[in-house]
Amino acid sequence: MNAGRACRGVARVAGGAALAVAGPAQAHLVETGFGAFYDGVAHVALTPADLLVVVALALLAGQRGTRAARYALFVLPLAWYAGGLIGARWPTAGALPVLTTLSFAVAGALVALNARLRDAGVAALAVAAGLLHGLVNGATMAPAGASGLALAGAVTAVFSVTAILAAEVTALPAGWPRIVVRVAGSWIAAAGLLMLGWLTRGG
Amino acid sequence: MTNPSLRFTHRAAVRAASIVLLLVPAVAVAHEETGQAAGFLAGLSHPVSGLDHVLAMIAVGLWGAVLGPPAIWVLPVAFPLVMAFGGLLGLLGIPVPGVEIGIAISAIVLGAMVLAEIRPALWIAAALVAFFAVFHGHAHGRELPEGTSALLYSLGFVVATGLLHAVGILLGAVHRWSVGRRAVRAAGGGVALAGLYFLWRAVA
Repeated sequence: MNAGRACRGVARVAGGAALAVAGPAQAHLVETGFGAFYDGVAHVALTPADLLVVVALALLAGQRGTRAARYALFVLPLAWYAGGLIGARWPTAGALPVLTTLSFAVAGALVALNARLRDAGVAALAVAAGLLHGLVNGATMAPAGASGLALAGAVTAVFSVTAILAAEVTALPAGWPRIVVRVAGSWIAAAGLLMLGWLTRGG
Repeated sequence: MTNPSLRFTHRAAVRAASIVLLLVPAVAVAHEETGQAAGFLAGLSHPVSGLDHVLAMIAVGLWGAVLGPPAIWVLPVAFPLVMAFGGLLGLLGIPVPGVEIGIAISAIVLGAMVLAEIRPALWIAAALVAFFAVFHGHAHGRELPEGTSALLYSLGFVVATGLLHAVGILLGAVHRWSVGRRAVRAAGGGVALAGLYFLWRAVA
């Protein structure tokens, strides 16, 4: 068996294991009182795992420059929307807490390391994270009776946060401001690491 | 025609139901995660509640300021990650021997480094800080209050630790002046002395 097949096998087993520990779909959605669209916006703002992955990916894209930031700005919300539609259509995926935690922990670690990813690498990460978190959004929002408008609200929140943060980071000068970005990444990764412990323990 | 007494009873029932609903406002803000604010605040306040943790974290920042770039930011970036790894070990039930002693020794060693202005190679400084971070994470990272969000507790805990580093770095900024340099060294000495007290308490 060659190394590629072995890697794919490990990835499949890891993916299966992660899916096996999928949490139950949450049946609640924030009710802002302003309608489904704003409920979707609030859903992202008040779901820490969603917010952290968007922040981490925006920081990462900003670190890697303008072109990577532009890719992430459009790819992440689109992937989120696609994932949301899939999740709403087949809401059996559940909350997938291990995978969502891993996604922001890895993104945070890459920010902390100031990893020299190519633009395509940043875009690929954005697609993967967007699909995953969108899938969970769709799967958890649909049973609560949320409409497509709520998903559009969530995607708008993702786009807005990515646009603001990635643009700010792209424009940061070298030195302390960029170090603060790396520190923020290490905090996100550290919180993810601790959260993985809580999930493993079942706390 | 509606009976007036029945109408009165109906109104009273509506009012009573409204009051009961006002007493349970959580229903109105239902969300998929519970205990978020409480979790974050508990995590934020937890590191500050233990003087041993506070002093060691400030000492990390002070030492970083004494060492200067790149240690000044490498240590605060590395510490939370390794501390979280220590917390992960605790959560997985993997024991780390002598956690309280390790925390006390961390204050002694880090304080002594600041006091003596010891400047080892960056990797040695990072390894030393990372070694002690495991004890701090193992001891404090797994004390989640009941009913709070684990993720936000973890985030609050990490943020508070990072802010304590920032306090140390800011205090250490006076190191560039001769009076400030003496003050920073004195602060390091104070942390080391406090560490000795914690060690005595841990082994007593």
